[in-house]
Amino acid sequence: MNLKAPEFMMNGKTSFCPGCGHGIIGRTLFENAVEMGYEEKLITVVDVACCSLFMYSTDCDFVGAAHGRVLPTAIGVKRSRKDNLVVAYHGDGAAYSIGMAHTMWSAIRNENITVIVVNNQVFGMTGGQMAPTTLNGQKTTSTPLGRDINLSGSPFDVTKVLKSFDIAYLARGSVDSPAEISKTKKYIANGIKNQMEGKGFSLIEVLSPCPTNWNVTPLDAIKHMNETVKNVFALGEFIKDGVVL
Amino acid sequence: MNKKSNDSVIMKGNEALAEAAIRAGCRFYSGYPITPQTEVLEYLSWRMPEVGGEFIQTEDELAGINMIYGASAAGERVLTSSAGPGFSLLQEGISYLVAADLPAVIIDVARLGSGLGDIFQSQSDYELATKGNGHGDTMVITLTPASVQETVEFVYLAYELSEKYRHPVLILSDAAIGQMMEGVTFPELSEHDINKYDWSVKGRKKGSEPRKITNVSYFCEGGYYGYEAIYADKIKKIAENEQRWESINVEDAEIVTVAYGISSRICKEATELARESGLKLGLIRLKTATPFPVKAFDEISKDCKALLLVEMSISAQLKSDVVVASKGKLPIYAYLSSVDVPESEKVVEIANKIILDEAKEELVYEP
Amino acid sequence: MSNKKVLYDSSRCKGCHYCFYYCPKNAISKSGHTNESGYETIVINDDECIACGICYTMCPDYALTVIRDKN
Repeated sequence: MNLKAPEFMMNGKTSFCPGCGHGIIGRTLFENAVEMGYEEKLITVVDVACCSLFMYSTDCDFVGAAHGRVLPTAIGVKRSRKDNLVVAYHGDGAAYSIGMAHTMWSAIRNENITVIVVNNQVFGMTGGQMAPTTLNGQKTTSTPLGRDINLSGSPFDVTKVLKSFDIAYLARGSVDSPAEISKTKKYIANGIKNQMEGKGFSLIEVLSPCPTNWNVTPLDAIKHMNETVKNVFALGEFIKDGVVL
Repeated sequence: MNKKSNDSVIMKGNEALAEAAIRAGCRFYSGYPITPQTEVLEYLSWRMPEVGGEFIQTEDELAGINMIYGASAAGERVLTSSAGPGFSLLQEGISYLVAADLPAVIIDVARLGSGLGDIFQSQSDYELATKGNGHGDTMVITLTPASVQETVEFVYLAYELSEKYRHPVLILSDAAIGQMMEGVTFPELSEHDINKYDWSVKGRKKGSEPRKITNVSYFCEGGYYGYEAIYADKIKKIAENEQRWESINVEDAEIVTVAYGISSRICKEATELARESGLKLGLIRLKTATPFPVKAFDEISKDCKALLLVEMSISAQLKSDVVVASKGKLPIYAYLSSVDVPESEKVVEIANKIILDEAKEELVYEP
Repeated sequence: MSNKKVLYDSSRCKGCHYCFYYCPKNAISKSGHTNESGYETIVINDDECIACGICYTMCPDYALTVIRDKN
């Protein structure tokens, strides 16, 4: 077997910025769908922000949701088509800021969907403003002096909150290195497996570089993730088969 | 509801609406409680599982409208309902449904006032229901039932039109119609095939075309210009083909009332009352508020002196539509009863004052 | 029969150089040339390459295919 991205991803080129992690995260999702035999069942629901760019380069069934409404939209799809694999794919701005109520309530209802949240610590599509996950002191276009926790609170860590919920699966991966990408792919596979076995809500957050809005080169972005970001957001599995690890 | 289709039953407007949705094949409801539409949600909470459908009481109206967006994209026949403040929250989602060419049926059981206002009956959502419905060039089809039976019929019509045009349809009810009990008959229960339409997402079979439900204009062939042309064409077709109204005695009327919903029933009574006293009063009753039935105004008698709007609101919300429909040729008066259901005697009284040129206070437009 | 272990579609490349950074055998180098989009491309030394797949894993733009089929 050649090592090659799934055929249906290759008809178009992605329009992500150089070094953007979305391309890698999306590939792990689509690879899993193919390898697990669910390619023809996959329906991906994407937010309007950067993740929506997958719609233009990938030949599979997509639903584009309103900003922050990815989870209600995905739930609408899943509850209508219970045999399909429905993946909600959005960023931290959508999941933890404008769509926070939906993130909480989808988890409270233990909705049977697989959720991917891309955590790159900024609002990417609008040009790098502060996101819920922006690090303390991090400069963004809306925190020119750095994030002030007295003004904006601390970076939001979803694992600390969802650990107290009765959900099927919770993990955080990263795409800063080949080893972490392999683990992330396994986490997403676990999330898919849970859904297809009807076990309920799986959320996989993935740390991702945004070189454009961090104002660094892609390689410096990877280094920043290793040196700083991973110290704030712990990696690994937090809930597996409904049990807190 | 185990009654056979031909039996007439006494039912509350909101519950009849919910039952009609079930019978029309709706198998997905998501919504949030708010008076005076809560009976729709309560009724479907037990009725939907009976027919194997999905009922979800959501965290807010935003989830309600976006869940039906997803379910509609998946091919399901869907419903959400709200009222007043909650209807404001649905606006964003309605705009997205329009942009994504998704059929959906949305209910607004109008209530009084801006802000929280009150739970009482009112027709103060007309402008929002016909000219609002979200940002952008958004326009939906808006149906305005005047009785419980018509509510049931319009639910069927709403699904038919929404799928014909792949466009959301709004039923603008109000607290009076929603809360009143009347005799009603239902059509037979029908099932909707979720795979009926090729455009809905199903999971892509290898080698076949992917389906993409999107709300961004530039995704359309030809970019924004392409989208604009398709949308403009759709709106034009709807405006041309879907105007619906009922005219009573407009051919010889000196004064023609214009009304919809509960107010139009009062006006109907007023036309009879007026004729008994020798006043030729007519009525144009809107069945669709968008598209506005401009064609109805072509039938008005040449002897007509004025138009009289009868609305349960503080401002004359029908005015701009009626000025356009009557080509600005006739003076327009308004009987605005706000929270109270208008009285047929008062309609006749104002009509008589107009004839005598004594209705200055009610005048809202002069040619 | 080519002895290539990695196929490189330079037109997809956006010059992030994640592959270059993580290649365990230093078989990837920057080419000094740009593709039509203006990104600096890479050169793969097939003698050093062990077809481990790390470059494929790191590539966000699906520019690399690792050949493992014997025929």
